[in-house]
Amino acid sequence: MSIEQEVEILRKIPLFANIDAAKLKLMCFASERLTFKQGQSLFDQGDSADSAYIIVAGTADVIVTNGTPSVVAKVAANDIVGEIAILCDVPRTATVTATSELIVLKITKDLFFRMVTDFPEMGVEVMRVLAHRLENTTADLMKARAAVRS
Amino acid sequence: MEPNLFKYIWRHSRREQLAILGTVLLSLPFYFLALDLPKSIVNRGIQGQGFAGPDSTQPFLAIDLPFGESITGAPVTLFNGISLTQPQYLLALSFAFLVMVAINGGFKFVINTNKGRMGERMLRRLRYELTDRVLRFTIPQVRKVKQAEMATMIKDEVEPLGGFIGDAFIAPAFLGGQAITAMAFILLQSVWLGSVAATIVLVQAFFIPRLRRPILRLGRERQITARRLAGRVAEIIDGATEVHAHDASNLERADMAARLGRIFDIRYEIFRRKFFVKFLNNFLAQLTPFVFYAAGGLLAIYGHLDIGALVAVIAAYKDLPGPIKEMIDWDQQRNDVQIKYEQVIEQFQPGDILDPTCQDPEADVGPPLSGKIVIQAVGLVDDSNNKVLDSISFQVDVAEHTALIGADDCGKDRLAMMLCGLERPSAGKIMIGERDVTQLPQAVTGRRLSYVGPETYLFAQSVRDNLLYGLKHRPVREAARPDAPDRASWIAEATRAGNPTLDFAADWVDYAAAGVDGPEALTERLIDVLSLVEMEDDVYRFGLVGTVDPDANTDVAEAILKARAALPERLAAVDAQSLVVRFDPERYNGNATLAENLLFGTPRKPDFAGHALAENPLMTQVLDEAGLIDDMLHMGVSITRTMVEIFADLPPGHPFFDQFSFIDADSLPEYRGLLTKVDRVGEGALGAAESLALRRLPFAYVEARHRLGLIDEAIEQKAVKARRLFADRLATVDPDAVAIYRPDAYNAAASLQDNILFGRLAYGQAKADEIVGGVMTDMLDALGLRKTVIEAGLSYEVGVGGKRLSANQRQRIGLARALLKQPDMLVVNDALAALDDATQTRLVGKVLDDRRGRGVIWAQQRPRAGDRFDRVIVLRSGRLMEQGSYAELNKPGSALSGLVAAE
Repeated sequence: MSIEQEVEILRKIPLFANIDAAKLKLMCFASERLTFKQGQSLFDQGDSADSAYIIVAGTADVIVTNGTPSVVAKVAANDIVGEIAILCDVPRTATVTATSELIVLKITKDLFFRMVTDFPEMGVEVMRVLAHRLENTTADLMKARAAVRS
Repeated sequence: MEPNLFKYIWRHSRREQLAILGTVLLSLPFYFLALDLPKSIVNRGIQGQGFAGPDSTQPFLAIDLPFGESITGAPVTLFNGISLTQPQYLLALSFAFLVMVAINGGFKFVINTNKGRMGERMLRRLRYELTDRVLRFTIPQVRKVKQAEMATMIKDEVEPLGGFIGDAFIAPAFLGGQAITAMAFILLQSVWLGSVAATIVLVQAFFIPRLRRPILRLGRERQITARRLAGRVAEIIDGATEVHAHDASNLERADMAARLGRIFDIRYEIFRRKFFVKFLNNFLAQLTPFVFYAAGGLLAIYGHLDIGALVAVIAAYKDLPGPIKEMIDWDQQRNDVQIKYEQVIEQFQPGDILDPTCQDPEADVGPPLSGKIVIQAVGLVDDSNNKVLDSISFQVDVAEHTALIGADDCGKDRLAMMLCGLERPSAGKIMIGERDVTQLPQAVTGRRLSYVGPETYLFAQSVRDNLLYGLKHRPVREAARPDAPDRASWIAEATRAGNPTLDFAADWVDYAAAGVDGPEALTERLIDVLSLVEMEDDVYRFGLVGTVDPDANTDVAEAILKARAALPERLAAVDAQSLVVRFDPERYNGNATLAENLLFGTPRKPDFAGHALAENPLMTQVLDEAGLIDDMLHMGVSITRTMVEIFADLPPGHPFFDQFSFIDADSLPEYRGLLTKVDRVGEGALGAAESLALRRLPFAYVEARHRLGLIDEAIEQKAVKARRLFADRLATVDPDAVAIYRPDAYNAAASLQDNILFGRLAYGQAKADEIVGGVMTDMLDALGLRKTVIEAGLSYEVGVGGKRLSANQRQRIGLARALLKQPDMLVVNDALAALDDATQTRLVGKVLDDRRGRGVIWAQQRPRAGDRFDRVIVLRSGRLMEQGSYAELNKPGSALSGLVAAE
């Protein structure tokens, strides 16, 4: 896959929708594209974090182990994973394991912060994604509380 | 050392000096003959004095007995000579002249080479003696000297002595003789004029050296300031990290400027004075002719002196200033080198220096140590009169394990050094068996005992050599030398210069001390010791990235080739074959740079490596033949286009330029200009330099990594063709420049790891290096090659002071070195402090297990480590607080429990 094709794929990801082609090309150029086999994990819960991953193709499970491992989310193309740990400098909060052949763009912490600083549009996009997640989590929490009470 | 340079020179080169002096005397008659001959050639050969006509003859080479006429009343002819006509006579004289020239030249050659050899011999002796003294400095003494100053003294400051030694006695003898002859002649012609000349010479001889005295003082100062400068330069380099970390570079600059200013002032003052003395000297020398002309002339006018005598005096005087001036110069040089010599040897005469017998290589090692080590009222007072140790007394068994425990300043480190004879107590005694440690030669303390301190020094050699350092006390096996006669003359010359004749190239390793019978078993033992200090894996890694010489290690190369062949299968077994893209002579490797694909080998010469490859004529020619030049230009344009596009908005200092760009920030505008030109007028219109600037870019291009889609199948084929052409050409032009990749041959220029991999990791495969590394390690283990790799790792160069290793690795190697020689008593002085607590505890346990039944004294700060030892000795502020087993001492209120609690 050439860099031009990668740029086309990235443009379809909402996070990068508003960023112009030259910047995306820079990001592709500066980041590593990695292929994970089915069953390989991108990172494990508790690891120290150095990068976030944008899924270009394939699917993966997000697994949190709290005594017993449980799949808390499924991610697929266009999703971003692993950004929490690099944003807040905490160890990985979950394990992400490929459930099919998975192609990702590995964005190092350094690159991620640089992109966000250099292109504030991207920062806003990241906020939006995180806000969505928070909203979902809050909704889940409400449901869970309701279930406990009844 | 002899404080007087002349006595020193005379003592060690008397015979040579006399031989040279003899040769000089022998050469004098020939010299005078050569001066005399031109006169005979002109008068008799050319002008025909004594020849009646063209056919008359004269005897040539007739020899009369000297003073024969005055003794017997008539000339006594020893040889009648050969009768020659005038032209024959002229030719004979001319040839005689030529012969004289040759003889004189020959004498000069012999004298000068002998003088030079003598000087060099003395210099060699002096330098050796100085280094010998440095080796005999006691450890406290060594701590006080600056190494760079010592090095400057031994290397530079004694250098002028070599030149002077040849002239030390010969020049004054020779020049003095000449001057006295000339003076005597003048006195004979006219006592009055002669005494004028003599007076002026005496004035010169009196004043000039006095005027030169300040110059000598300045010279001494210059020597010391220059030496200190060298010391400071070394210090700046040693302390480079601190200089940078504290932004102190400008302080250092100011210091340098101040020192250089001082040196400038001194040197300028020297020049000023020197040239003034020269002026005065010349003036005085010319004053004599003035007196001759003026006074002598007046005397001649008034008839008190005959003109002939005056002319003779003036002529004779011509010969006087030369030797006198040279004598004065010689005297100046003499003073200069004498001062240099004194200045140097002063630094090598510490109050406390080891006796040579202490380091005698043949000294008796004696029986293995046994019995008790008795420390009797040992005290130590440092330079500033502080009591470091205060009457310490205890006894330990040689076979016992003892811990010396105390805080940093308790004196345990100095005590540990004393136990090995590295420092002397100021009071009290340390006895091992019946013998006082301070009296023991190093043959005992350095072999029966083994000391390792916290700052173990590693020499700039391989890991192996550093480990073996503790076993090299004296040559044990002669070196295999095909050139034995040279060795004999080397020994003879070394002896003449007072150097030792120990052979550095011999095998010095004391195998028996290491517990093995020869070099083969030694490697095993080295690996054992390394594994004891948990350094085996590190050395294994050094081995993987290290190179081996396949010609010297054919079995290693073969084994590695086997591993190379086995790798694909091993990778396939874990479904990882896609992680490595191997080198195939017929295929382009998309995971390697274009340059590597073209070279298809490891460059060994700089003009085939890196940036230089783009300009390499052979490569350019091959690219041209393969039709790649235009393609590379297109690629260069494409790369430029992408770079200009994506880096356009980044500020010049942005780190991305360093990390990801083919073009640095400074050159970006230039490339942007090139791009504009290409778009306007096409690639064909570019100049040679412009075209090269673009063509150089794709050399670093890796298709799989950069993903610009520049390398299609056609280009791959051309590149493979170019690769083949290149290899063919290179084989005829410069086969050593690049070690070509061949699937069935070991590549001597590449690392072991690269030789096994024989390819590149595929880009974009997650965790490829981890997985492939694991497979490789397992495979090497399975093939029994782990030892081979460690062996290669033993050749790893540790760098100056071991700087290529971490502090932690240096300490492990230091400990391994001390363990390797299996001493009767191992003395460890906080030698693992760079390691974490858990590792230290583990290693202490391992070392004690290994040395069961043989003694260990381990000085350390961590009190808890004491429970592994038979006996614990607790020190505080230089006093012994308590001793006993750990269990006995670790009770409430004890010093040990205090330390434990404080930890």
